[in-house]
Amino acid sequence: MIPEPFEYHIPKNLEEASRLLAQFGGEGKILAGGHSLVPMMKLRLAAPKHLIDLGRLTDLKYIRESDGRIEIGALTTHFQIQSSSLLKEKCPLLPETAREIGDVQVRNKGTIGGSLAHSDPAADWPAAILALAGEIQARNVSSSRWIPASEFFVDLLTTALGGDEVLTAIRVPVAPPRSGHAYLKLHHPASGYAMVGVAAQVLLNEARHIESASVGVTGVGPKAYRATAVEEALRGKAPSRQNLEAAAAHAAEGIDVNSDLYASAEYRSHLAQVYTRRALEKALERAHGK
Amino acid sequence: MKIQTKINGHLREDEVEPRLLLVHYLRDVAGLTGTHIGCETSLCGACTVLLNGEAVKSCTLFAVQADGGEITTIEALGNHEKLHPLQEGFWEEHGLQCGFCTPGMILAAYQLLCRNPHPSREEIRKGLEGNLCRCTGYQHIVKAIEYAAQKIGSPDA
Repeated sequence: MIPEPFEYHIPKNLEEASRLLAQFGGEGKILAGGHSLVPMMKLRLAAPKHLIDLGRLTDLKYIRESDGRIEIGALTTHFQIQSSSLLKEKCPLLPETAREIGDVQVRNKGTIGGSLAHSDPAADWPAAILALAGEIQARNVSSSRWIPASEFFVDLLTTALGGDEVLTAIRVPVAPPRSGHAYLKLHHPASGYAMVGVAAQVLLNEARHIESASVGVTGVGPKAYRATAVEEALRGKAPSRQNLEAAAAHAAEGIDVNSDLYASAEYRSHLAQVYTRRALEKALERAHGK
Repeated sequence: MKIQTKINGHLREDEVEPRLLLVHYLRDVAGLTGTHIGCETSLCGACTVLLNGEAVKSCTLFAVQADGGEITTIEALGNHEKLHPLQEGFWEEHGLQCGFCTPGMILAAYQLLCRNPHPSREEIRKGLEGNLCRCTGYQHIVKAIEYAAQKIGSPDA
C-alpha cells in the first residue's frame, strides 16, 4: 500500500511547526507517532500534501506533576504512560487505559497527543480524558489555550483544534483521596479498537457514599462523551448494585449509537450499560480499598 | 530526501521518497527480505523490526521517520552457526509451520524478553498481542519463548 506523494517537513521547534501548519492551511497535517494518520494515508483516506513531523521535538515527551495536576507532553507514547510510576501512583486511570490501546508495537510509537487530535470515535484516550475532566493545550504561532475535554471532541474525527493549532499537552487533576478509577473495554476482535470503552472515576464522601462519579464512554457514538445522566443518577447515592444498575441504564441516553457488522445499535447500547456498571463497580471497589 | 540509518550495525545513506514505508526501504532498498509484509494495515506484526531498541511495525512508519535511527532486523539476530536463543527456541519447540510470521514473532519476543526476562505464559501472550500466526495456534510459539527465556537466563548461555 503506497500513500500519495507528499512533502516532508521536519520543524526544528514548535514555533516552526505552527508556522508551517498556518502556511499550508488545509493541505498540511501534523505527524506525531503516525499510528492513526499513516494507516489512513496508506488507504488513501487521507492525502495531505505536506506532512509536518513533530517526531524529533523530544521536549514534547514528558510526564510531570505540578500544583496538583499531571501534565503530559503531546508526543509521550502510550507505552511511556503505561509504564510511568508517577502516573501509576497519581493518576492510575491513565496507565490502565494505555495498556488497552492497540498492541505492544503500536504503544511504542503511538502518542497521546496524536490519538486525541485524530479523535477516532473508538479510540481509548478520549474516554479517559473526559472522565478525568482533563484539558488539552492548543498552540498556534501567536497564542496558546487550554481546551476542556468536554469541549474538545466535536464530532466524528473532528476536534475543537483550529486549522493552525498544534496539540501540545494534556493535563489532568491528580486522583483525589477516597477515589477509585477503572477503564473497561470490549476489544473489536480484528482491529483492537473499542466496541465499547468506559472510563470511570468515583469519589466517596466520609459516609462512604458516592460524592461524585464521572464516566467517559467511547466506541458507542460518533464521538466520545461524558455520560452525564449516569453521573447525576449516582450523586449522593449508596454504592449498591441496584443504584449502579439503575444509573448505568442511562449510559447511552441521547446518543446516536453506532451500528455496524459487529454490533447493532441495540446491542451496543446494551454493552454500554453493562460496561458502565462494571467500570463503576471496579472503580468503587478500588475507592473502598483506600 | 537523504536519510542515514544504521541497519544491523551497518551505516547506510540513501536517497528516498518521503512516502516510502520503512518495510519497503528494508526489503527493496537495503535488500533485507527477512522482514515480511503481511497485512499492511498495522495488524499482523509480520513486519516487526526494532527501531532504536523498540519493536515497531515497519509498515506503519515512513523510512524518513527512521532517519538517524538504528534498526535491527531478523538477519542480525543470529546466524547459521550460532542461532539466537529465540531462534533456537522456535526450532526446538516447533514454533512455526509456514514461517511467514516468524521474523516478526521473534522480534516482538525479543522486545518482550528485554522488558521482562522471566515472563509468565500469560505475559508472553500479552507481549505477542500485536502478532498474528495462522498456523500454530500459538501454543508452540509460547513454548519457544519460554525456552529462550530459560536459555538466556541460564549461566552457560
